[in-house]
Amino acid sequence: MKKYIAKRLLTAIPVLLMISIAAFIMINLAPGDPTNLYVMPDATPEQMEATRRALGLDQSYPVQYMRWLTRALRGDLGISYSTRYPVLPILVSRIGPTVALMGTTLLVSYIIAIPLGIISARKQGTWVDTLLTGGAFIGVSIPNFFLGLGLIYIFAVQLKWFPTGGMLELGGNASILSVLHHLVLPVAVLSTFYIANMTRYVRSTMIDVYGENYIRTATAKGLTKQVILTRHGIRNALIPIITIIGTDLPRLVGGAIVTEQIFQWPGLGRLTILAINQREYPMLMAITLLSAVVVLLVNLLVDMMYAVVDPRIKYD
Amino acid sequence: MVQHVGDKQAEALFHLVDAVERATVLGNTTEQLANDGDSYVKTVAKRFMKNKLAVISLVVFVLLLLTAVFADSLSPHPRDASVGMFQAAPYDNFLLGTDDIGRDVLTRLIHGTQVSMIVGFGSVLIYVIIGTTLGLVSGYFGGIVDSLIMRLTEASMSFPFFMVILTLVSLLGSGIWVVTAVLGILSWPPLCRLVRGQVLTIKEQDFVLAAVATGYSTPAILVKHILPNVLSPILVNATFGIATAILTEASLSFLGVGVKKPRPSWGNILSEAQSLRVLTSEPWRWVPAGILIFIAVLAINFIGEGLREAIEGERKS
Repeated sequence: MKKYIAKRLLTAIPVLLMISIAAFIMINLAPGDPTNLYVMPDATPEQMEATRRALGLDQSYPVQYMRWLTRALRGDLGISYSTRYPVLPILVSRIGPTVALMGTTLLVSYIIAIPLGIISARKQGTWVDTLLTGGAFIGVSIPNFFLGLGLIYIFAVQLKWFPTGGMLELGGNASILSVLHHLVLPVAVLSTFYIANMTRYVRSTMIDVYGENYIRTATAKGLTKQVILTRHGIRNALIPIITIIGTDLPRLVGGAIVTEQIFQWPGLGRLTILAINQREYPMLMAITLLSAVVVLLVNLLVDMMYAVVDPRIKYD
Repeated sequence: MVQHVGDKQAEALFHLVDAVERATVLGNTTEQLANDGDSYVKTVAKRFMKNKLAVISLVVFVLLLLTAVFADSLSPHPRDASVGMFQAAPYDNFLLGTDDIGRDVLTRLIHGTQVSMIVGFGSVLIYVIIGTTLGLVSGYFGGIVDSLIMRLTEASMSFPFFMVILTLVSLLGSGIWVVTAVLGILSWPPLCRLVRGQVLTIKEQDFVLAAVATGYSTPAILVKHILPNVLSPILVNATFGIATAILTEASLSFLGVGVKKPRPSWGNILSEAQSLRVLTSEPWRWVPAGILIFIAVLAINFIGEGLREAIEGERKS
């Protein structure tokens, strides 16, 4: 087990390196000369050249990459073009809202999708199953921005049940209840895809588990349907479901960008769009890098959880 | 020593004969099947046709495709010209009303179909070529090439896909061809892994071993013997890929990064509803675009599911 974790950590290193190289290439693809950030607007060409040399921009790309990497590892992710402040603190201040949005979404999705998937599998072939599978197809096909606009139109504009956007009320009332009130619509939009996707996944896993020998044994022993379902069926079906957190996370990040934009949610997604519109490339790269690293780490964590939860799997 | 080599040759020959015999047996059964009436493609098509939802979806999709191809002749008005009143609800021959500078919404939706289809088919074509080639190579040759390609797929699959596309498209400059290229070049890893997995099992089968023993060149074996056996999963993957590409393009254009005005795309038409006035009092300007994206994606997903069932049904029986 320890050996497996060590090995898994080691294989993550080349992937992290690839991510960093990709991020570095993208930074250099970005238009604009970063030297301009460090000189006065009326700088002479000589001053420009001196600054370029001081920043190391005259050196070869591999050398520049190593310098950039060591700086990034120390938390120096560059300077914002417009404010000239370091990028990192701005980024950190946006993490909270995004984590709240994604966390609630995952939680809600699991709470709804797992029972739905189990019901769908138990009633396989009946109208309940058809209804749920059809609903799942609709859920994965509806564009989240269209759904978001529709929900704002119905529940915020017409019925006035929820606010049209934002996270806090004007005047800065930051009570948890108020934040939750603002969370309802964004979470509904973001979780639609997950509920749909996960319902399908849980359904097919449950159907697979029901074909296993231990279920047949349990049935032959004369256990009640209820005991078979809870003690043998669900517990075994839940194991592969863990992995789906890891594989779905990259998609969740993408969905969060669109959702945050529609609902003016003050998180990393909205910061991304802001950075794109204002051509804040250092910021954009920092967000990309951060989300890639987080996704990788979560995948690592999920793999380890998987190894802990399922003793049948031998890792060496 | 010589004797030993001779043994090995004999053994190889024996296996070859054995494989050829089996292949012949296999050939006989397929022939019998054919005599019973159907080829593989026909069987799958027949199964697909039994799935009503998939067939209806196929009809819808073909209609959308025709709309894209004949967009110019189907449009009641010029695409980018102010031809009607400003922000008018549907009237006269403006069936879906007009936008803020008097352009016909229906005309722009029809041309938006073109954008979705170009991006959908274009990017899928690119990634199928890359993914299939790398998957074949990776699975067949193994070794360093294989582990290199696999690490590459792992790295790119752990990247938040949409975020990278968003960043790249905004760096490279927007537009329909940039979106198509970026989507195509970045979407291959899952297909690559799929093809590689299939190749790993296929390359151990007798007909491939027989082909190797008979002295076919490696490219010939890959293209003539292995590729035909992975085509069905590739087809299913590509179908779902079109739906994903259409959704991604619409999201990018909605965020103002993908296809930009004046060229209309379903996504950038919907983007106008981010203004509260359009959202609340001019529904004709955004609801039809949203419904079109939804219908297109849903239809393609049903087609993909129908194909998958038709092909897997074949395997089970």
